[in-house]
Parts: sequence; structure tokens; C-alpha cells
Amino acid sequence: MLTMQSLVCERGGQGLFDPVSMAVAAGDCVELIGANGAGKSTLLRTLAGLHSRYSGSFDSADSLFQGHRLGLDGLLTPLENLAWFAGLEKQPVEQERFLDALQRAGVLAKAYAPCSELSAGQQRRVAMARWLVSSRSLWLLDEPLTALDVSGQDLLAQVITEHCALGGAVVCATHSPIKVANKRTLALAFTSSENQTDNGYPSEDPSE
Amino acid sequence: MRALLRREWLIVLRAKGAVINPVAFLLLSTLIFVIAAPDAVGSQAVPGILWTLVLLTQLLALDGMYRRDFDSGVLEQTLVTAQVPFVAILTRIFMQWLSAGFIITILGPGLGLMLGLPVHVAGAVALSMLIGTPALSLLGSIGASVTVGFSRGGVILALLVLPLFLPTLIFGTGLVEAALSGGNLMPQIYALSLISLVALAIAPFATLAGLKISLEMQ
Repeated sequence: MLTMQSLVCERGGQGLFDPVSMAVAAGDCVELIGANGAGKSTLLRTLAGLHSRYSGSFDSADSLFQGHRLGLDGLLTPLENLAWFAGLEKQPVEQERFLDALQRAGVLAKAYAPCSELSAGQQRRVAMARWLVSSRSLWLLDEPLTALDVSGQDLLAQVITEHCALGGAVVCATHSPIKVANKRTLALAFTSSENQTDNGYPSEDPSE
Repeated sequence: MRALLRREWLIVLRAKGAVINPVAFLLLSTLIFVIAAPDAVGSQAVPGILWTLVLLTQLLALDGMYRRDFDSGVLEQTLVTAQVPFVAILTRIFMQWLSAGFIITILGPGLGLMLGLPVHVAGAVALSMLIGTPALSLLGSIGASVTVGFSRGGVILALLVLPLFLPTLIFGTGLVEAALSGGNLMPQIYALSLISLVALAIAPFATLAGLKISLEMQ
């Protein structure tokens, strides 16, 4: 579903992390970890096709991407947002299915309120309903646990487990482990300090 | 496609300020011209003044064209998910024209009368705006796509886009002047249509490229 071969994302002409090689098959849940600034978000954006500065190669199926910006229009209700998203994926507009997804995500009561009136956590849940509606099998999630309460975090783990059981795959950048069995881990790290000294930058090791 | 149009339509209905503000600006600035330069009213300069005000109004309406979608992540989702992003972009441009250029076209003859244009050129004013303003929306979309990532992109947008607007300004003004002097309108009509059609051919591709660059900069 997704293969990466010595993939390095670049910003400002510099690689962000050591080359990454990995194959993600149907049913896999991959946890993407790394320090702040390690390049987790950039890697996910690259895989989604939103970032074109990289070396190495990757091959990815059509994906569902969830960035820090949720992709919900504040002027529209959750239902209208889901209808718009289904239209983007060329799916038929079925109110019943959207309502089911919103119920599953626990925001059915807000189905007809503008998204801008929802709390951060509730907006996250609406975004989760969007995944449930989507027909894409590869999910690229960027820190989906943000702003979710405990029951929301459990729900997230459940949704991801189910998606993987149904033959989907998930790549999920996160700082706190998600409660999914049989997950794999991909750690992004930047070890080669030669790059920095080559370019004339002093090494910024705090121990020095 | 229907879902996209429906969303755009709902947004126009719910964010009325985006439609009303530019129109209010156009009415007010015309009024200010009438008050500040009464000598200019009914003079040869009126077609040029009218079209300059239209240009500035379009500029005002263009600034927010992609900003909301950019900030909320809707733009990201469109580019990642849509099989044909051009359709979404063209829908957006069309709605922008409908909520700015089209309304300007309707108001145009009235503004012309305010500035002292004779009644018999009202049709020419409306026609020049009907075939001229699509080019403004299309070319402006390119500028808006490149500047959407800047927190204060408005000034840069003006610098980028106003030169692109010049041909439309020249031939739009020319059309009204030709109608005033009773000359042949066809050359200007052809030229304005040509500009709009060329813009239609180029703008979706350029806008898509601009949006991709803007999304990559963050």
C-alpha cells in the first residue's frame, strides 16, 4: 500500500532525518515517532503529495490525510462538511451514513451546528467522522490525539484497529503511544552531524 | 461537482460580508469621487475612473479568495483528495466572479449614471464589465493563490495582480469610450473576450501551481 525507499524530506536544502525505508501493507498500523522538528509532519505531507522537496522515492496508494489543520469549514455544519468531503471523493451524498459516522464519533448532537461553534476536541471528533466516511484505505494522521479526551482517545484506537482489521493501513505521527495492538514503529532521527559541520554551522550539542 | 458547488453557495450565503463589503466599497468610492471631483463628473475621464474603481474593488474581493480555505485546511484536503483539483479551483473562481464581478456588472450602469455618463452608454458599460470582470477574477486568482500564505499578502497581491489587470482596464475603458463617441464597439469586445478566454485557459493551471507552492511553504 505504501513503500518508502531511503526517503529523506528536505527543508531549506537540508535533509530532516536519516533515510527511511519501509513497506506498509494492508492491515498495518505504523506509529511515527520523533522529537519536535524531527520531520514527522513533513514526512506525512510528503506522502500525501503536499511537499515535493525530498530525495529517495516512495510509492503510495490514494490516501486520506489529516493534518494539524482539520479541513473543516467553520461556516458549515459537520453534516455539510461531510457531504463536501464525500463529494471530493466522488461518493454519493448519503445523510444516513454521515449521521451514523457522527454518532460513532460522539458528536451527533452537534450535527446541525456550525463547526466554528464546536470545541477543539469536538472538531477533532468531526474530523474522525470524516475518516469513517472516507473510502480511502491508507490513512495518514498527524497527531490525531491532540485535544481529545480519554474516551475520545479510546475511540480513536478503536477506529484505527477496526480500519486495519478491514484491510486498511494507518501511518500515525504521535507523541504519546496509541493503544493499538500489533503496531509497528518508525522512529525519525537525525544522527549524521557531518552535514551540519560541512555547511559551516557550528554543532549545537548542549553538552559542549 | 454538485457537492462542491453546494458548499461554495452555502459559504456565500453565510459569509455575506465577503460579498457586501466590496460592493459597499465600490458605492462609497464612487460617491467620494462625485463629491471630491465634481468637475470630473460627465467628463471624458469617467470611463477610466469607473474601471479603476472596479479594479480596486476586485482587488479587495480577491484578498480573501483562498485565505479561509487555506487557514482551515480545506485547501489541503482539496489538493490531496480531489481527483481533478481544477474542477474545485474553477468552481471557486466562478463563485468569486459571481459574488464580485457579476454584482459589479449589475451595478455598473448605475455607477456610470452617478458619474454623469449618458443613459445610452449604460448598455456598453454593463457589457464591458460582463466580459471584462471574468478576466479579473481569473488573473486575480493566480495572484491570490501565490500570496495566500503571507499573513499580510494584500499589498503584494496588489503589486502582482494590478499589472495583469492593465489590458482589461485599457480595453474596458476603450469600449465605454467608443460607445460615448458613437464608434465601433467590436474591436474592444473582441479584445476583452480574448483576454478573458486566455485567462480562462491559463488561470486554473497557474492557480493550482500557486496553491501548491503556498502549501509547501509552511
